[in-house]
Amino acid sequence: MSESLTMAKALNRGLRRALQADPKVLLAGEDIGKLGGVFRITEGLQAEFGENRVIDSPLAESGIIGTAVGLCMRGYRPVLEIQFDGFVFPGFAQIVTQVAKMNMRTGGQTPMPMVIRIPFGGGIGAVEHHSESPEAYFAHTPGLKVVSCSNPNDAYWMIQQAIQSDDPVVFLEPKRRYHVKDAVNFSAKPAPMHQAAITRYGTDATLICYGPMVKSCMDAAAVAADEGTSLEVVDLRTISPVDWVTVISSVRRTKRAIVVHEAPLTLGLGAELAAKLNEELFYVMESPVLRVAGYDMPYPPARVEGEYLPSVDRILDAVDRSLAY
Amino acid sequence: MRGQSHDMVQLLTPEGELVSHDEFEFTGSTGDLVGYLRDMILARRFDAEATALQRHGELGLWTPLLGQEAAQVGSGHALRTQDVVFPSYREHAVAMVLGVPVTNLLALFRGSTGGDWERLETFKNYQIVIGCQALHATGYAMGIQLDGAVGNPDDDENAAVIVYHGDGAASQGDVNEAYVFAASYNAPVVFFCQNNQWAISEPIALQSRIPLFERASGFGFPGIQVDGNDVLAVKAVTDWALDRARRGEGPAFIEAFTYRMGAHTTSDDPTKYRASDDEEEWRGRDPILRLTRYLERIGAIDDAWLASVEDDAKEFGSQVRAVIPELQDITMDRLFETVYAEPTVALEAQRREYATYAAGEEA
Ligand SMILES: Cc1ncc(C[n+]2csc(CCOP(=O)(O)OP(=O)(O)O)c2C)c(N)n1
Repeated sequence: MSESLTMAKALNRGLRRALQADPKVLLAGEDIGKLGGVFRITEGLQAEFGENRVIDSPLAESGIIGTAVGLCMRGYRPVLEIQFDGFVFPGFAQIVTQVAKMNMRTGGQTPMPMVIRIPFGGGIGAVEHHSESPEAYFAHTPGLKVVSCSNPNDAYWMIQQAIQSDDPVVFLEPKRRYHVKDAVNFSAKPAPMHQAAITRYGTDATLICYGPMVKSCMDAAAVAADEGTSLEVVDLRTISPVDWVTVISSVRRTKRAIVVHEAPLTLGLGAELAAKLNEELFYVMESPVLRVAGYDMPYPPARVEGEYLPSVDRILDAVDRSLAY
Repeated sequence: MRGQSHDMVQLLTPEGELVSHDEFEFTGSTGDLVGYLRDMILARRFDAEATALQRHGELGLWTPLLGQEAAQVGSGHALRTQDVVFPSYREHAVAMVLGVPVTNLLALFRGSTGGDWERLETFKNYQIVIGCQALHATGYAMGIQLDGAVGNPDDDENAAVIVYHGDGAASQGDVNEAYVFAASYNAPVVFFCQNNQWAISEPIALQSRIPLFERASGFGFPGIQVDGNDVLAVKAVTDWALDRARRGEGPAFIEAFTYRMGAHTTSDDPTKYRASDDEEEWRGRDPILRLTRYLERIGAIDDAWLASVEDDAKEFGSQVRAVIPELQDITMDRLFETVYAEPTVALEAQRREYATYAAGEEA
């Protein structure tokens, strides 16, 4: 049973199923009730499940996350919406000092089955603080799991898997892909949440990406194919923990790797991927791992974001450099 | 005393005289008071032992409660089995009243464990990041409400949360957000602020221009100031706040006006920032002394009783010291195991790497 849906609608359906499946699941966030969230991801859910399951929160991110800690302790599974990436920081302390550590501090007695949904990344022409890529802050924090969907089918399934997980999950939604339609298969058993996907097979180099960059990498691979270069694309799907088995086996075959992310270059996920591939495949690889990323600057004003964001051309340029070794 | 309001609830004067109050009365028995006095004496003893253990290098740090015994013992006794406590890092006497083994507190400050203690379902682990727990408590209280565990005709089905925070913590965003959430959702949570006049070296004057309890009305729930060194008044006021929370009448704020007689922690030197005559004045308000005076006067206790409690305290003190060599440090293996509820392949690899390394070290 399959249907073509936008990622936004797929997330809505996934949340709806989660609310139906488990009375302990509840949603909280700013404007998520009547309005259905600024991106309408929770549209109609309050009308269906009531104000006690889909809770409009006061405008306080630390409050939203901190009260969710207490709700987890009481046996609930809160799913929180942070309105935009740049607004998660008032709640950052709760995430890294409390949510991430509670299970270990309490010897496993207090798991935090919480999902923190964050529309993230640029490319929509937004104003300041509405286009950021904070994933490395979270991925650097032990105790959290960080995932990012890149297509409607994953959005539908991964949100449910994240909600079922007993660990806190930072769930990054590539907002510029919200309205891209694709098939959602409601009956086929999905892959485990922490398994990367090879979205295109190739032999000359591996593009490693996640979230909004998966489509850019697929587009780049299509262009490269026309030029006679065969690129493999790995969609990490999960940023922490990285599925090293899939990543390493792909690069072992292609012998070349390029990591692509929107977040600033320095100490980004690309650095971790390059270090690990270097440790594992030093004698196998034909060229160093290259990175295509945002520059080390605060996210720029919208009219120049096209210069800042990794584009198909920048990705292909890195492919050429990799192949030239 | 700055910040002390003429509305402050007091039922027992520093001289040990009972006084009446229009709205609050102590409803317990004399026998209960004898028990509270004993609890306060034992808590003071425990605190002194732990401070000494820190001096001997057995604990990494200690947060003394000296002077705050009545605030903690009084509020602790207002709790019922179904209520839940979110402490800060100094609520040793509350823990003792609830029967949390003191070994758990010692293990935490020794660095043997991270806070996975017994009775965690009713007494949450200590919180170091100032004010974070106010939100956890509020969220938990929201959960109680969602569960329908407030406002039931059978009071045994009702529950409430109490959260302890300091006067300095009242400046934190999280604490203020907790007040907002508690008010918005009418959550059954009692904010119990021990205003011990100091946040490390910073006086209350730096945190607030008005008495703290007055802030509550701005958030839309009642606030009350109580003599924090008067165990009768603290018990009465906390009973009131918890009862209304359990009945579904929402949050309340209690400012227990008290004094931290000792250092902030064992690393602190209060002589650098506060005057000794202040301390002198507060010594005259000692919570243990005033209850002793009262109970002696009414003949509920005598020298023999005091001597026997002193013997108990000594015995308890030696038990506390004896426990230290028995505390087990948590293992690296257990830590690896509990970072996540659902293990990750990547961390399991690090765990094996550690095990191999550790085995090599041992060999
Ligand atoms: C967020 C945060 N900032 C700073 C500290 C360091 N610190 C520990 S206790 C303390 C003072 C707290 O004072 P108060 O809230 O009045 O509580 P008290 O110690 O007097 O009980 C400070 C600044 C901390 N633990 N957390």
